Amino acid sequence: MKVNGAHVGIVIVSHSPLIARGTADMVRQMVGDSVPLAWCGGNADGGLGTNVGDIVEAISSAWSEAGVAVFVDLGGAETNSEMAIEMLEPARARRVLICNAPLVEGAVMAAAEASGGAALARVVATAEELSP
Amino acid sequence: MDGDRSTLAGLIEACREAIAANAEHLCALDRAIGDGDHGTNMKRGCEAVYAERGELDAMPLPRALERIGMTLVMTVGGAAGPLYGTLLIEMGRRMEGGRAKDRLAHALPEAVEAVARRGRSQAGEKTLLDVLYAVQSEVLKQETPARIAAAAGMAARDTIAMKAMRGRASFLGDRSIGHMDPGACSCALLTDTICRYIGESQLA
Ligand SMILES: [Mg+2]
Repeated sequence: MKVNGAHVGIVIVSHSPLIARGTADMVRQMVGDSVPLAWCGGNADGGLGTNVGDIVEAISSAWSEAGVAVFVDLGGAETNSEMAIEMLEPARARRVLICNAPLVEGAVMAAAEASGGAALARVVATAEELSP
Repeated sequence: MDGDRSTLAGLIEACREAIAANAEHLCALDRAIGDGDHGTNMKRGCEAVYAERGELDAMPLPRALERIGMTLVMTVGGAAGPLYGTLLIEMGRRMEGGRAKDRLAHALPEAVEAVARRGRSQAGEKTLLDVLYAVQSEVLKQETPARIAAAAGMAARDTIAMKAMRGRASFLGDRSIGHMDPGACSCALLTDTICRYIGESQLA
């Protein structure tokens, strides 16, 4: 369901800040500013890795009343994203989903779907169709 | 240890030293079957906890454990942060009220189950869970600290022969066999450090 015309937000979490940012650039190229978007990548020391605090911040910055779809690369990014979602207030946490989809293709397809006003479940399902 | 708050800061310092002294070894184990950052990640987490040891010392143990877990979640990164963090957060939450020994025996299995759920893993998959299950079983048998530490070390060594089923090491398939899991190694190391500390403070 579309909530007050809000579009689903997209968050990109990669071990590499370069990949996260590059993926976000590709999403922007597709949908412009019509979809709330944030990315994060790298550990607390600036090396490769993921960081719960940064993920919480990215979700807040891409927050939409229609919910947020999170795209992750490898295992630790997913586990840390789950941890970050649990730290949100419960009313928000329920509206954030981690997509089981390839990072770049998933984020771009989800954003295209979100820009058309699709609901969170539809946005996630579209991206997850990419995963066999 | 319960009630003797002065020992928590000492224990934190001992854990930080053990991780710092073995950080390179943990990285080398992780380089063999993963991304090579387990030592630096654990070191970063231990430094952050060490920086808070004064505040932690002043808290009741359950709350201190929860706080340590949260600090590890926020600083370790990698999958180890959420796994160690979940262990300590859940231990703290389940240790409120009751006597220290009963509380530990009651809290540990539930906290270990929470780690298994967090990692979607189980025994025999070449992870730190293999060490946690061994520790849990010795704690429930009310074994001595020395025996608990020995069981943890043996469980870590047993991961050498296992094939990784979780995390990046699982991408290697059979090639993960023959290497100790870095998470199991750090877990055994920390267990040994904690057990030595408790053993020595009991003698004192
Ligand atoms: Mg690693």
